[in-house]
Amino acid sequence: MNLGITAYSELNEKGLYKNGILLLANEGQEPFVPFAKEVYRFLNPVYSKFHKMDELCKLAFLATEALLSEDKISSNAEGADVALILGNRSSSIASDLQHLESYRDSSNYFPSPAVFVYTLPNIMLGEICIRHQVTGENSCFLMQAPDGRFLYRYVQHLFEQEAYQQCITGWVDYKAGNYKACLFLVEKAAVNKPVLRKFDYDFI
Amino acid sequence: MSELTEKLKQDIIEHLNLEDLQPQDISDNEPLFGGAVGLDSIDALELIVLLEKNYGIRIDNPEEGRRVFQSVGSMASYIEQNRK
Repeated sequence: MNLGITAYSELNEKGLYKNGILLLANEGQEPFVPFAKEVYRFLNPVYSKFHKMDELCKLAFLATEALLSEDKISSNAEGADVALILGNRSSSIASDLQHLESYRDSSNYFPSPAVFVYTLPNIMLGEICIRHQVTGENSCFLMQAPDGRFLYRYVQHLFEQEAYQQCITGWVDYKAGNYKACLFLVEKAAVNKPVLRKFDYDFI
Repeated sequence: MSELTEKLKQDIIEHLNLEDLQPQDISDNEPLFGGAVGLDSIDALELIVLLEKNYGIRIDNPEEGRRVFQSVGSMASYIEQNRK
């Protein structure tokens, strides 16, 4: 099956990019949290739940907002026709450690439910699915580094065997202030939808 | 009491990361759940933690929690009555 990338986004310590074009530079070399606020204001999604998310979810949320800012989930595709397949190295380690700190001291024992709910990388998938009404398969696979071969094969299988129409795939990783999200919107190649990049083993 | 309600509003905004709200946006008797403030079930658990951590008051009975967390005003009244 001939699949192509019709949009891609990246958010890293240098800035926010869409289809290879810089949208917003992190000129002040701000740490993630203040820069994420800046990106949020820039994209202006008006989504108050963003402020409650942990860093990993904020990263995934903002990269998805940029990815789909013009190339919305196809109006022809139901939410069930859209899949979300991500890779990640550090799981939800930032929230895991924050949660651990909250109950390490038995004399000051106040674990936060709002932190605890983010102690799984799959939560970022849920946040994206809720925001964009994606109800198809969603999975986050832990891997040492972005594994284009694995992600390509998995996504290709979804299109071939399960008739998905669109898939958001890529890499979202956050650990101790180091972060990178690069997301790709994959679709069947069609005349009316320009393919910006090939979707193959080397897509990421 | 009004000093306490103002502090509670600030505490709630900070503790629940309600960055779109200012203390003056929350009226004393406005419902915290299902209204414009729009708290959810995780926020309800955070309010229980907030009461225990900041005011030393523990709520074990869910029915009591439902009554206490109706509004900032009802929270302030409960704190005034139960503060140690």
